Amino acid sequence: MAASKTLTFALMDPPYENARSTTALRLIDCALRRGHNVNVFAYEGGVGLAFAKQAPHPNAMHGRDVAQEDHPNPKDWITALLKEAEQRGTKLDWVQCGMCVDERGAGEAVAGLRRGSPADLWKFAQASDNTLIIPSK
Amino acid sequence: MADYLLIESRDLFESNDTAYFYDLAESLVREGNRVSLFLIQNGVLPTRRSERSAALSRIAKAGVELLADDFSLRERGIRNEKLIADVRPASLDFVIDCLAAGRKTLWH
Repeated sequence: MAASKTLTFALMDPPYENARSTTALRLIDCALRRGHNVNVFAYEGGVGLAFAKQAPHPNAMHGRDVAQEDHPNPKDWITALLKEAEQRGTKLDWVQCGMCVDERGAGEAVAGLRRGSPADLWKFAQASDNTLIIPSK
Repeated sequence: MADYLLIESRDLFESNDTAYFYDLAESLVREGNRVSLFLIQNGVLPTRRSERSAALSRIAKAGVELLADDFSLRERGIRNEKLIADVRPASLDFVIDCLAAGRKTLWH
């Protein structure tokens, strides 16, 4: 494996709407597994990915209860990524854009994230080996 | 000469911009740069042999390296034997390695 680098990802999409969210989390997972440190700047709808009050639900149409439906929520995937980074001795620094959080009333995020501003994206980019912006349409 | 990684997440039916992104990849190669185009999500759909795959074959001939996310291919039931010869299935490890290597990376 190559030497550990620091990579920054900027995520803009809200949860449950586009494959970009899933792809972004896959990329972060892959980077952590390869031993890299990862910075994330979540902005606009992207701050909803970590919203703590996401809840699994049953699917009455298919006759499945909550357990059977096993509905995935991105907040749990983010928590798993934070745990994975900790176990691997790498760093996952996830910043939620504060203005975007306030606009959406999405202040309750899963543990391990921090509030910031677009200036943090600039700081991340300055301190990183590379930055990937994943924009919405 | 610079190293570029272009990531295309849309297909030609979904977005007219996709053709421009292919053109960008080809233009960068013609300017003497190294370019890989990584197809992901619906971006993998034109990798099947079809009229739409001709645009990919064209830029491959120009020197653009073409890769398709293996996960996105499986999601869409596209088997490797259905791919045009110019495309190589690859995992996201490829993208992470390019980022770690400092290649200029653009997402569309």
